Amino acid sequence: MKLLLQIKNLHIAVDDREIIKGLDLEIKSGEIHIIMGPNGAGKSTLSNALLGDPSLDLKQGKIVFVDKNISDFKTEDRAKLGLFMSWQHPPEITGVSLDQFLFLAYKNIMLAQDKKWQAPSIFEFKQKLEQEAAKLEIPIKFLQRSLNVGFSGGEKKKIEMLQLAILEPKLAILDETDSGLDVDAIKLLHQAIKEFKVKDRAVLLITHHPNILDYIKPDYVHIMIDGQIVKSGSQDLIKEVQKAGFKSYVQS
Amino acid sequence: MSKAKDTKEKLWGNANPAPYMQATSRGLTKKIVKQISASKHEPNWMLQHRLDSLELFKNMPMPNWGPDLSKLDLDKITYFAQAHDQQATDWKDVPKDIKNTFDKLGIPQAEQKALAGVGAQYESTVIYHNLKQQWQDQGVIFEDMDVALQKYPELMSEYFMKAVPSHLHKFTALHGAVWSGGTFLYVPKGVNIDLPLQAYFRMNAKGMGQFEHTLIIVEEDAQAHYIEGCSAPRYGVDSLHAGCVEIYVKKNARFRYSSVESWSKDAYNLNTKRAIVEENARIEWVGGNFGSNVTMLYPCSVLKGLGASADHLGLAFANSGQIQDAGAKVIHLASQTSSNIVMKSISKGGGVSLYRGLVDISAKADNVSISVNCDALLLDDNSHSDTIPVMKINNATATVVHEARAGKISAKDLFYLQSRGLSEEEAINMIVNGFIEPITRELPLEYAVEMNRMIELEIEGGIG
Repeated sequence: MKLLLQIKNLHIAVDDREIIKGLDLEIKSGEIHIIMGPNGAGKSTLSNALLGDPSLDLKQGKIVFVDKNISDFKTEDRAKLGLFMSWQHPPEITGVSLDQFLFLAYKNIMLAQDKKWQAPSIFEFKQKLEQEAAKLEIPIKFLQRSLNVGFSGGEKKKIEMLQLAILEPKLAILDETDSGLDVDAIKLLHQAIKEFKVKDRAVLLITHHPNILDYIKPDYVHIMIDGQIVKSGSQDLIKEVQKAGFKSYVQS
Repeated sequence: MSKAKDTKEKLWGNANPAPYMQATSRGLTKKIVKQISASKHEPNWMLQHRLDSLELFKNMPMPNWGPDLSKLDLDKITYFAQAHDQQATDWKDVPKDIKNTFDKLGIPQAEQKALAGVGAQYESTVIYHNLKQQWQDQGVIFEDMDVALQKYPELMSEYFMKAVPSHLHKFTALHGAVWSGGTFLYVPKGVNIDLPLQAYFRMNAKGMGQFEHTLIIVEEDAQAHYIEGCSAPRYGVDSLHAGCVEIYVKKNARFRYSSVESWSKDAYNLNTKRAIVEENARIEWVGGNFGSNVTMLYPCSVLKGLGASADHLGLAFANSGQIQDAGAKVIHLASQTSSNIVMKSISKGGGVSLYRGLVDISAKADNVSISVNCDALLLDDNSHSDTIPVMKINNATATVVHEARAGKISAKDLFYLQSRGLSEEEAINMIVNGFIEPITRELPLEYAVEMNRMIELEIEGGIG
């Protein structure tokens, strides 16, 4: 399996306060990784940093994605390389409809990866979008509405998963995508991840729910405490957390 | 304030108008006013109206409550110019250079799209006019104002400058003296025109003023939508636009007036628009203001009849060096009248946009309802926006809601769109177009597309 993402000694600060304090991680194509940790461990900061959030400062270390050092890459260029993040709290953007926005995103990303790629018509694209939306039980009318405006937390998460399905990234970072979902929605999410993870695509799932094993079988589990990965292992690590919580790692 | 007074003295303190009594047609004199009237073979009452207005204009002060107008040199304005003598009734007859200009503005395409009628003003003379036969058969009049004055003198003398009288302010007085061209629209009782009628205005000659007059009468139970676009190329000499729009909406009638104005960046756009709205009638204003050096524009609805209503939807874009002083006025004279004002502004590169509004409820108007909503978007730190809402509420039964918001594009929104592979510029365009969507969705498609394109052009060149 090919090395997809390599994070080396990453230090990330917000307003000079260091949040990520020397983090290493490698993800190969086809793998599912889970990062677990208590609130405030820096999990969301890590995922935002991978996408190049301009409000974060990379103080030290590097991020290599598909053999490119993307540490200084603009956010759009990271997306064009095949990096995707499902947001924990996606913004509501008035007047921007999902179908319009996603059509542009889709064209940008596909063209960046294949110069000879032929864009579909907006009509063809909408058909594709509606098919994917149906799988996630997203009402068609949502696709023309203002992006996320007035959507419930669960609906927003589904819209994120819909974008994942359309944009077909190489690595999907799912930031707390499972939180705030009811049982049925979690089943749909599970299905979406399964469908996404064909071929050589990889998933990095960030969560603080130990119950994750009920629907996802990861290859690796990492425990993140205070800006660092303190322990990595197999699925068994989740069971450990389920029993003892994160406290033991904090003390270690 | 003293600045404006100085200007007035500089301009009008000189009692001897000799410098511009020469062959030059710049500056304003009685002679020019008489020339304008004579060239149009106007009836005597109109000449008298012009001369009375000229007197008012000379004696009225420059408005001193708004943006600084001291750089507007009224002596350097050409008050009357005729680029083309004849009026064409068929597109084929329109001269080529003029046609090219209109081609760029999309006039023939609009015609092809079976819009109900096209009137286009090139400099001061309307050169192309057409109205679909079916409307003509129903008695709809869609005519150049100069022609209408000859053909429909009774309607003219009954309505012309009655809603917007010359004495309203200095620029309506000026307009009354030198107005030329424009559109006359008459919709007879009960007639419903479902496609928008449209006209395109364009200031073309350097330093030339444009004083077109739009007069619209919508009789009882009638319905129509009129749309006009205005644009002017960029010039080094100050251009002045002091047009006038008068709309009479009779009992149970419904009328929508839409305009997309894109003036050259040195033009002063000092336009006056007013509608008189009768019982259970409705006026809707949809407007987009781009370009110009200074715009002062506050479409006014006078809700005269029981249950009359007004909707004001406006957008202003202030770019570097521009002041967009725009808003709305609604005067509630009768009971159960309602108004809804939604104003959006975008400022960039140091541009200033200001909402200036007035809602006035008279003592005898019961159960009036008013909603005012102002939204300002600042694209950088050195741009400005402000709101000056004036409310005169003389009746305690009124319901008045006022909301104002100002903000920058959210960094989170930008990051989100960029995390999906959009460039910064694409993301900003998308957010801005989303911001103005409540207005563009009310416009016919080609105007909405053009408005989005204009926004993109304004944004191009980066956000500071």
